[in-house]
Amino acid sequence: MPSFDLARAPLRELNAALHALSPTTNETHWIVSNPSGKHAVACGLDAPVTVEIDGHVGYYCAGMNKAATVVISGNAGVGVAENMMSGEVRVKGDASQSAGATGCGGLLVIEGNASARCGISMKGIDIVVKGSIGPMSAFMAQAGNLVVLGDAGDALGDSIYEARLFVRGRVASLGADCIEKPMTEEDRAILAAVLKRAGVEARADDFKLYGSARRLYHFHIDNVDAY
Amino acid sequence: MCGIVGLFLKAPRLERELGALLSEMLVVMSDRGPDSAGFAVYGDRTQGRVKLTISGADEDVLRRAVAELGKAINETPAVTLHDTHAVLSICFDKEKAARAFIEGHDDISFVGAGARMELYKEVGRPEQVTQRFGLPRMAGSHGIGHTRMATESAVTTRGAHPFSTGLDQCLVHNGSLSNHNGVRRMLQREGMRFATENDTEVAAGYLSWRIREGASLKQALTDSLSDLDGFYTFVVGTETGFAVLRDPISCKPAVMAETDDYVAFGSEYRALAGLPGVDKAHIFEPEPATVYAWERR
Repeated sequence: MPSFDLARAPLRELNAALHALSPTTNETHWIVSNPSGKHAVACGLDAPVTVEIDGHVGYYCAGMNKAATVVISGNAGVGVAENMMSGEVRVKGDASQSAGATGCGGLLVIEGNASARCGISMKGIDIVVKGSIGPMSAFMAQAGNLVVLGDAGDALGDSIYEARLFVRGRVASLGADCIEKPMTEEDRAILAAVLKRAGVEARADDFKLYGSARRLYHFHIDNVDAY
Repeated sequence: MCGIVGLFLKAPRLERELGALLSEMLVVMSDRGPDSAGFAVYGDRTQGRVKLTISGADEDVLRRAVAELGKAINETPAVTLHDTHAVLSICFDKEKAARAFIEGHDDISFVGAGARMELYKEVGRPEQVTQRFGLPRMAGSHGIGHTRMATESAVTTRGAHPFSTGLDQCLVHNGSLSNHNGVRRMLQREGMRFATENDTEVAAGYLSWRIREGASLKQALTDSLSDLDGFYTFVVGTETGFAVLRDPISCKPAVMAETDDYVAFGSEYRALAGLPGVDKAHIFEPEPATVYAWERR
């Protein structure tokens, strides 16, 4: 099992070694120690390997992740798993702002809380937060599922295009064009499947669903006086 | 971008190490602000005396100016020289006269004053600035620091942070204010004076004005939420206090660590990674539009 101590070797060496892995590599389990808040740890992976990071990471950890599983035993800085394509990223502590930003696919699980702008501009990623999320989360969200077991901060789903936002706790306020929606059987099945993949025990019936009212899709003629 | 740091010790145990810890935090933040750096350290106080920090071209210039100042105020100040800065200790009742002398002198500039606060700032990379001033050897109860990537005004010593606009009060800022010109005019009408065109100095002046009008540090910061517009994370020091505030959309990053020994602030976690016991600290991000304040009794 390859292990890498970031207190002894530079981050670029770690990322270069991870980038050099082929899809059929047998070095499938990596251990990284002493990340000390460094940025871009395990960024841009595209092989089906598991990378376990022991400690807190800085910005953009596991950004652009494809196929890999990245587990962070600590907190994550700004933009963890941003623009993830597939695979899984799990944060055992808290995540800073813009977690899972613009993510196109894959699963991001945050076992603690996520701060502001969680899932901003999400484009197909599934995000499960066991704790609460900060203000302006799912801003301009386009596709995917955001599941929150705790509470959501102000302006949830502001200017949302699509995407399902499932919140079990209290929502401080909804952003422009975001509304509570009735949960269909299909929504419930999707939620249950995401919770199962994330390994999180919760009843789909305890959540409320929020999504787009679709009133911002087109220019409204009543606003013509503004020009 | 800019990087800001702060370290507030809850108990005397780590006081001798304050400068070394703060120095390491600042140097880690060099990537966020390589233009200039500055810091304030709250050290010992001597009853009845005030510390004036002044700056000049070099130690000779400072020595000459201090000798002239001594004659002008009829008191020989106790002086500690730190590269381009000098800290003078004088009787409290001579402070006004000394300030007037410094303002009228061409070769030296006033940097800050307080019973306990010493303030240092200079153009250059943070690791050089902290070494030139000898920060690693300084002791104190708390300190704040800044690494600057200039956006609002020129890369000069006067434009470097922290900004101090009142005795023992200083502030560092990551962000930019959009209504600082209007607020500066309002504060000037209230009798506040400013040395630069810098937006951060206005924020510092605003807090000094609120405190002058009777507000606590916490109340002054709460008031600033309605009067200051723009992006900001502020870290503020007073003689016995330490406070943090982020703007309502938390535009700029901030992370804090709290243990039984200290409260520490960093723009990024990297700045806190070297602190003793940080692996067991309570690590959190300050909420937007929420004032966090600590006071040492």
